[in-house]
Amino acid sequence: MSAAPKASFRSDGWWPWLFVVPTLLGVLVFYIWPLFQTGYMSFTETGPFGGDTWVGGANYATLIGDENVGLALVNTVVYTAIVLLGVPLAILLASMVNRPGLRFATFYRVLFFMPYIAMPTAVALVWRMIYNGDFGILNWFLALFGITGPYWTSTPGFAIVAVGIVGMWASLGFGIIILSAGLKNIPPDFYEAAQLDGATRWTQFRSITVPLLTPSIFFVTIISVINGFQLFDLLYAIMGQRNPAMQQSQSLVYIFYNQAFINNNKGYAAAIAMLILLVIGIVTWFQFRMQKKWVNYV
Amino acid sequence: MMTRKNSRIALGIGAALSAALVLSACSSGGGDAAVSSDTKASISYAVWDENQVPALKQNIADFNKEYPNIEVKIDVTPWSQYWTKLQTQASSDTLPDVFWMNGPKFQLYAANGQLEPLTPLIDDKKLDPANYPEALNNLYSYDGTQYGVPKDFDTLGLWYNKSILEKAGVEIPTDAWTWEQIHAASKKISDALGSQGIYGMATSLTGGQEGYYNTILQAGGEIISKDGKKSGYDSPEAIKGLQFWTDLIADGSMPTLQQLSDTTPNVWFTSGKSGFFYSGTWSVSELSEAANTKDLNVAPLPKDDRQATVIHGLANVISAKSKNKGAAQAFVTYLGSKEAQVTQAEMGAANPAFNDTQSAFIDSVPHFDLQVFLDAEQYSYPYPVSKNTAAWEQLEKDLLPAAFSGEKPAEEVAKNLATKMNEALAKE
Repeated sequence: MSAAPKASFRSDGWWPWLFVVPTLLGVLVFYIWPLFQTGYMSFTETGPFGGDTWVGGANYATLIGDENVGLALVNTVVYTAIVLLGVPLAILLASMVNRPGLRFATFYRVLFFMPYIAMPTAVALVWRMIYNGDFGILNWFLALFGITGPYWTSTPGFAIVAVGIVGMWASLGFGIIILSAGLKNIPPDFYEAAQLDGATRWTQFRSITVPLLTPSIFFVTIISVINGFQLFDLLYAIMGQRNPAMQQSQSLVYIFYNQAFINNNKGYAAAIAMLILLVIGIVTWFQFRMQKKWVNYV
Repeated sequence: MMTRKNSRIALGIGAALSAALVLSACSSGGGDAAVSSDTKASISYAVWDENQVPALKQNIADFNKEYPNIEVKIDVTPWSQYWTKLQTQASSDTLPDVFWMNGPKFQLYAANGQLEPLTPLIDDKKLDPANYPEALNNLYSYDGTQYGVPKDFDTLGLWYNKSILEKAGVEIPTDAWTWEQIHAASKKISDALGSQGIYGMATSLTGGQEGYYNTILQAGGEIISKDGKKSGYDSPEAIKGLQFWTDLIADGSMPTLQQLSDTTPNVWFTSGKSGFFYSGTWSVSELSEAANTKDLNVAPLPKDDRQATVIHGLANVISAKSKNKGAAQAFVTYLGSKEAQVTQAEMGAANPAFNDTQSAFIDSVPHFDLQVFLDAEQYSYPYPVSKNTAAWEQLEKDLLPAAFSGEKPAEEVAKNLATKMNEALAKE
């Protein structure tokens, strides 16, 4: 990417901007401006129907002392970590699906991609049935081996892991598509050369596929982390607000939602939103710093 | 993925609030001009239940016989988005002219000047609160002023499965049943039929309305003081009302909280896996369509210190910022009339609030003793609310599971809840 010649758009004048204006306007009005608004709100106490009073850093002081926030941060990190476990799996599956001469390749690709485009509520509904402690298929299956399965989605500790597994399953398709595109960019001569030198399939995978795939892996990782930190809908739909384990399984966005729309504490909710932004910002920045160590751009 | 959409909505609140500043400058309070059959207006009516729309359309058609030039547009928003949308509309002064209100949210809107008082209609004798259950008039009054016209009402009953009771050798419950009897009967069913996965009792403990609000009231306690300023959870009666459920779970008369979360109580009951089920008027249509409906019936809730049930119902309210207040008032008056409420009952939309119009509702399912729900009004207590009900409802959801599961003593949990609830109430 860096090899591209320096663009000389300065000499093009103002008119290229004209083409960007419609999108830029949308971004400014619907993303950037609300971002500043939220930032402002986080320093106020905002009533349920608007009308705010400046309270300085009071919301942030509450934030630091709020044990739920710490708990939610841990839960969110656990969830994100589980979703990230899906990345190696996606690499493996992508290289299998893209094996030359594989029959029904398109079928497999569609199959893996389906969960990603399915509505999270529908996904949640199906998994609720699978996870059901008394009548679920998962515990029925475990019982065949004499194992008594837990109440997956209503046991504190287990629940966030159960939701994480669904999250990983649902985002596998996205990873496979991006990585498949990456695989197509690897010149076939590399494999031919390796074969001549007597490299096994596994060596080829480890020494050619994975290193040359690192830019795609990096991209998938960044997106997975950002999505992971925004966990809300799956958690809400699989567990529901009325789950006895919910209190122990809250995510950051979940407590944001609760404060904003249930407790009518919008100023504090805005402060939580700023915390989420900050955490995602730091993690993403760190990932970009680290990429020099492991991402190979050809 | 939808996660991103949610954060967009979140950021959107900021935008909505800023829009509120602009809009509040242009809107002006509507006049109370007298309405007549010539009045031309268009008003919006926001509701959340799609099932009730046919009955509401009939109400509008009948309303238009008197006011042919007032157009009423129904705006249905599903429950899950209804309040979020309403709140955003309120922030930008674009509330619908007339909309459905419930008890927990009412004071929030009334206290913040979003609702139009019914005082002029009551003074002009167009509306008479005496036509509706008193508990509902109180529920929709704030600082002595009534804002909502009761539309329908819900009370609770003890649903039972005759066939399970028979198999376990348990008698059919009567209106004289006490806590001891219901507990003993539940235990007997669990003991006799537990091997088939059948429990004595299945009741939702995730909100108070189905279960613990009733038992707290029956034990002689209260959830919140009458003036809505103090929690009632630290009283011995309230603790006893919670302990009732802990005891049922502890000896296996009722599935655990986890079991009830994975499979909801209504499913346990309609699948023939529980003998008893505390639930309200709203379960009638589901239970009348259940596969085992002929086995099911309902009796009054068992009593302890006294007979008690929570009563709740919806109300129609008018936006304080409505530009067609006259038309909105005429419409709300009509919706509160005997004729409109009888239509609602006949079309099976709801159990009407207007006194002595409920016979259509009672007859709607002949094999259920639905009279139980009407009689319950006599010993009913209003659904507990305050200005920001949602804040302490959240505390109940967070803290009470530990008491029901027996993880912590009910007394410790109740006292902790009372302290936190009082803190939340102090902030209102």
